[in-house]
Amino acid sequence: MTRTLKELFIKNILLLFALVSVIILGLIVLFLFLEGLPVFEVVSVADFLFGLEWYPTYDPPDYGIWPLIVGSLVVTFFAALLAIPLGVLSAVYIAELAPGPVKEIFKPLVELLAGLPSVVLGFFGMAVVAPLLQNTFNLPTGLNIVNASLILAFMAVPTIASITEDALYSVPAEFKEASYALGATKAETIVNVVMPAALSGIATAVMLGMARAIGETMVVLMVAGGAAAVPESIFDPVRPMPASIAAEMGEAPVGSIHYHALFATGIVLFFMTLAFNLAADYISERFRETGSGTL
Amino acid sequence: MKESNHIITTENVNFYYGDFKALQDITMGFEKNRVTALIGPSGCGKSTLLRLLNRMNDLIDGTRVEGKVLFEGADIYDPRVDPVDIRRRIGMVFQKPNPFPKSIFKNVAYGPRVNGVCRKRDLDALVEKSLLQASLWNEVKDILDRSAMTLSGGQQQRLCIARALAMKPDVLLMDEPTSALDPVSTAKIEELIEELKKDYTIIIVTHNMQQAARVSDCTGFFYLGRVIEYNRTDLLFTTPEKKQTEDYITGRFG
Repeated sequence: MTRTLKELFIKNILLLFALVSVIILGLIVLFLFLEGLPVFEVVSVADFLFGLEWYPTYDPPDYGIWPLIVGSLVVTFFAALLAIPLGVLSAVYIAELAPGPVKEIFKPLVELLAGLPSVVLGFFGMAVVAPLLQNTFNLPTGLNIVNASLILAFMAVPTIASITEDALYSVPAEFKEASYALGATKAETIVNVVMPAALSGIATAVMLGMARAIGETMVVLMVAGGAAAVPESIFDPVRPMPASIAAEMGEAPVGSIHYHALFATGIVLFFMTLAFNLAADYISERFRETGSGTL
Repeated sequence: MKESNHIITTENVNFYYGDFKALQDITMGFEKNRVTALIGPSGCGKSTLLRLLNRMNDLIDGTRVEGKVLFEGADIYDPRVDPVDIRRRIGMVFQKPNPFPKSIFKNVAYGPRVNGVCRKRDLDALVEKSLLQASLWNEVKDILDRSAMTLSGGQQQRLCIARALAMKPDVLLMDEPTSALDPVSTAKIEELIEELKKDYTIIIVTHNMQQAARVSDCTGFFYLGRVIEYNRTDLLFTTPEKKQTEDYITGRFG
């Protein structure tokens, strides 16, 4: 084989491998739409998205997923409220402030948290957090928004922390030196130079953490409570979209409207995580404050 | 060199990176409102000494200083001294231009801002004055909001000088400030140094011996962590006392 032929061969083999994941993604999305869209022959898009009743097995059935959408958004929002400061600030501590030995203990521990199976976290939520909430606040059930948000936050923290940490490490040392040489303290340097320079990475971290939280299934299935109603308080149980899909898919007859409605719910979820990812991309472009001195 | 004019003096300074002794028994004085050049082959300790003078070496783990570094008579390595205060009075310009990825204005205003100057009018005046001093004002006065990253390398370096001057330091340390620049930008910075020495004490590390000869009043030659010779620049370059100095400046080694 000639050298150019070999080169061509290798290039195309690699292209083939790269194509595999793209093709599989394409097929999954195609399948999702093929199975999901038929539901709109029965309900209108507006009734599906904004309908307040989700009773797919009643007679007549109702296919309004608004309570599920609200459930997903609300637990993600409260999870974000907890996870963003926790994740970002612990990353700042590990990357910028922790002395060597402490860093070496903290860093793998945070990453270990990412490796915990979600079912274990869900179990923790059911067995420990739920009774605690129930007794402390005297609630009918401890499986609710607060519980789900708390556990989802735990799941998002390692994602946010480790990506933020990488973003902080990639800030060139020369920026920090310049700041110190101008008489800035460590805190001033972190706030005024390091964080802005890492902002796009931090934003990506937050968005990916949130995408993870909104798509997470097992935790919300176990601890969100499962009530398909628009919540009125943070102690109300909810039924986020992934929980609904996971819980009902097994009992929905293949090809039934309920089955198609669950796939359509999957489409909505897909667009939401897509939105998070696009937002992450946009933010990381928009707030870019990077680069180093050019020569 | 008269004793009384020394703004910074080092007394028997030893410096260690871990177990490695990078500087040995450095005793020298730096005259006020003069330009002092530190020359010597790579790894001779001249940059280490420079970074010692505003405690930038504190930021590197595992370093240790022995001896005294007196700035206006007070030891800057006294445990009661906050390195932040020292760095506010002894500015630094680095080898590679390192403006922040912020606007030109924000770069210059950074130091004053962290030091509590926050009135817009004061900042405007300070930024203009510093950029004028760094002879960059005319080139950037209409684009102060543009990112400093859009400037050329030479302009970036003058911006870094302006940024250091905005702190109104007493001493300006320059670590090979032109080694990454083209000859035209280098000439501009050398002119600038000439101008600045009226108001500031400048200590410059350079690999370029013509540069040391052109801009400095005193020159110290370093080799293997020691000061081999320290004298008036004209004397050091014309009648070096030590064989090693002569070999180095005539290009026989280094």
